[in-house]
This record gives sequence, C-alpha cells and structure tokens, in this order.
Amino acid sequence: MRSAGRIGAIALVAGLLVLLVVHIATAQRGAAVAAAVSAGKKPAAPDFDLDRIGRDDRLKLSSLRGRVVVLNFWASWCQACKDEARTVEAAARRWQRRGVVFLGVDSQDFTSDARAFARRFGLTYESVHDGSGSVMTRYGVTGLPETWTLDRRGRLVDHIPGVTDARRLDRAIERARRS
Amino acid sequence: MITRLLALAALALVLATPALGAGGGLERRESQLENRVMCPTCHQLLALSHSPIAERMRAFIRAQLATGKSEAQIERELVAQFGPGVLAEPPAHGFGLLAWLVPAAGLAAAAGAVFMVARAWRRRAPADTDDVSPELLRRIERELVALDD
Repeated sequence: MRSAGRIGAIALVAGLLVLLVVHIATAQRGAAVAAAVSAGKKPAAPDFDLDRIGRDDRLKLSSLRGRVVVLNFWASWCQACKDEARTVEAAARRWQRRGVVFLGVDSQDFTSDARAFARRFGLTYESVHDGSGSVMTRYGVTGLPETWTLDRRGRLVDHIPGVTDARRLDRAIERARRS
Repeated sequence: MITRLLALAALALVLATPALGAGGGLERRESQLENRVMCPTCHQLLALSHSPIAERMRAFIRAQLATGKSEAQIERELVAQFGPGVLAEPPAHGFGLLAWLVPAAGLAAAAGAVFMVARAWRRRAPADTDDVSPELLRRIERELVALDD
C-alpha cells in the first residue's frame, strides 16, 4: 500500500516535470530559430497549417516548397503593421511577378478585422489566421510586425524584426533567391 | 393636478425600471465575461488589460451582448478566433481536464504524504522512550530530587 502511494507520487512529480520541460522547450525553440538565422544558419522553417483569411480552406506552408516565400507577421490592431503595410504590398506587387510568394500571418486578431485591414491597405497577397499565436511562438516572434524570408528549400534565410523598408526586403529576397 | 403629476411620475418609473434593469444586467454580464477571458497578447484577465486587442475584445463582447447572444455563445466565438487559451478557466474536458485533475491529485498526494509521515512519527515515539537506559533514568530522578531540595 505504502509503495503504491510512493510510486503514485513519483509518477505525479515526473508527469509535472515532463509538462514543464515541454512548455519551456516549446518557448525556447522559437527563440533558437531567430538566434540561428542571426548566426547565419539556415534552419528549416517551422511548418504550419492555418485557415486562409477570406477563404474557406487552409494553407500549409510546406506546400509552397520550391518557391521563395516572404512571411510577414502582422495584426490589424498593431500600429507599426499599419505603418509598413503599403511597403510590404508594394514589394509583393514587384516580386510576385518573379515567382516570390508573399504570405501574411495575421496573429492574435479577429478575422473580420483582418479582412477590413486587407481591404483598407489594398493587400493583394494572401494571409492566414494564427488566432492563438502558436505559430508566432514557434518562430520566436516577440513583437509585431516581423518578416521572415524562406528559400526554395523551405529554409529560413532572413529575419527582420520590426517595421521593414523596401531596400531591406529586396536584400532579403535576393539572398533567398541565391540560397 | 398634483395627483395627476404623481400618477404620471409613478407610471414613468414603472416603465423605466425594466430598461434600467436590462442596462445594468448587460454591464454585469460584460464584467463577468471580462473576468472569464484572457487577453491573448499580455496573458492577463481581459478585465485588467488595456492592450489594443483587449480593447477590441471588450468592444466585441459589448456588441455581441447587445445583439442578445449568451455568454456561452460569445465564449465559443472567442475560442474560435483565439483558441482555447483565451479562456481563463480551461474546459473541464479533453486536455483541459488535466488542469483540473493535476492540482487536485497534487493536493491528495501532499495530504497522503503528511498522513504517512505523521503516522511514522507516532509509531517511532514510544520506541524512543524504551531507548532511555535505566542508568539515565536514575540520574534524572536524582537530579529532580536535588532540585526539589
């Protein structure tokens, strides 16, 4: 009886420890991705499968393998995202003709607000909805907006935390095309 | 004339009471919901947060309550938008059930451990008195007698 109680207590503590480790590991994996790209490495982009905004289907990031992808994390309530929206849209219009895919990741936001934002800024590129912010966490996004660039093999080659500008975006895309 | 005015005032009061009650009810329900929902960006109760998305969620809740939706319906819509983490209390089913069971199991385990330790101490106590040698007992006796003198 006593040993059963002891085994139960040990199992409980072990279970709690496992949950704690999983929680810490998930939070740190995102930070590690950003650190790796800063160090010049090319880690695989964390895959995701999210609802498309304004459509009834979903989009899986890995389905875009073979093309350079610009991932822009944004939200309609974020002032800095409004400040850069037209810059990103202009870059998308320039680069989409050359096969580069721009994909917005609307984070921790109402989809209705996201649709209104896209209309207001005339966004022609697609966005997906990351309402819970779980994809943000996996990319180590700490503030909005943030922009990641993926090469054709689905590897992260560039990270722009904060508001971007046209030259910085162009440089990131050129780098991804050469990678 | 005065009687007529008093009757009109009484009628106005009777008519206004349900409207006042409904307004107060909406505010109370809004406040209750704000204490059951988390701000997704700052991870605080919505009632305590002033982040941009918290303000937006507050407006959403107000608008939905005004259209006659129930708290449960509004919570479901918020979960559809922001995931189950938006609820301050995890649901008592599926994976969320763990959040209810683990603390209860922890408390039960702690209570069991306290009980077992207390029982072990109680069992050990008489054994300790047996360990006192006759020589020590005689010495204690002598010293107590000396103290009395």
